[in-house]
Amino acid sequence: MRLDPQDRDIIQATQAGLPMTERPYRDIAATVGLSEPDVIARMQALQARGVIRRVALAPNHYRLGMTANGMTVWDVEDTRVAELGALVGALDFVSHCYERPRALPVWPYNLFAMVHGSSRAEVENKRARIVTLLGDACRASDTLYSKRILKKTGLRLSDRKD
Amino acid sequence: MTDAPAIDLDAIDRAILNALQDGFPITPQPFEDAGNALGIDAETLIVRLRRLHEDGTITRFGPFYDAAALGGAFCLCAMAVPAAEFDLVAAKVNAHPEVAHNYERTHHLNMWFVIATERPEQIAEVTDRIEAETGITVFAFPKLQEFFINFRVAV
Repeated sequence: MRLDPQDRDIIQATQAGLPMTERPYRDIAATVGLSEPDVIARMQALQARGVIRRVALAPNHYRLGMTANGMTVWDVEDTRVAELGALVGALDFVSHCYERPRALPVWPYNLFAMVHGSSRAEVENKRARIVTLLGDACRASDTLYSKRILKKTGLRLSDRKD
Repeated sequence: MTDAPAIDLDAIDRAILNALQDGFPITPQPFEDAGNALGIDAETLIVRLRRLHEDGTITRFGPFYDAAALGGAFCLCAMAVPAAEFDLVAAKVNAHPEVAHNYERTHHLNMWFVIATERPEQIAEVTDRIEAETGITVFAFPKLQEFFINFRVAV
């Protein structure tokens, strides 16, 4: 998808966040040299196209007591991963769920499901539900807990306009 | 970034955190509109959001862009970094603007980060540069399939 230059300017101006001011879209408009109604219309269109997933806040899970965050990983039979991945993704404690390639022999897992909880014990309990759900379609699994956030920014477009 | 879990949130803070995870209006006076739904005025909402952002309760506020919809790509990557080099390697990896998040995790593969680029072919350019700078293999785990989720943190 080619990005319209004005849309691109808006993305550049907002990718680090929205100003916390009374008229944030007017402030963005001033930055990119468009009118406020134009910025609003363009951002609404970007949201309708799915380029903007949503405008929202992201809470810091750790600060809110969700101190245990386990990336659970599973080696699931390829023929069943679509069906079972959909069931795992639908669990209310799973925040992300993807099929990814294995990297044999180092990494045998092809299904990733992020599980959050207030303790590792809670994450383990939730993980046990995934074990049950996958049954004998799962050959091996592991849980990788996060020890430290090293960086968290989000998408950044480069300044190049090529 | 602090990991301290103990923070004082009152009922209004909690209502803000719950409501604004779901969405924020794209309208001329969005804080007014979002505040109305919460029974507070725009100024109160702005002051509280600024405080929650400054104290680290909120990590981001604004549009969440889908790199794939922009014609770009996300890729989860992992490295097995020796403990003695860990912070140095983290600094080298984090110095790349394409690295959106990076976590230390409990595994032989102990550094997990997401690369976001505008064009899919740029993922390999970034992983090649990181390998050249660190001398450590970067394993790339691009998503093959994303499963629907409906997760949010109830505060």
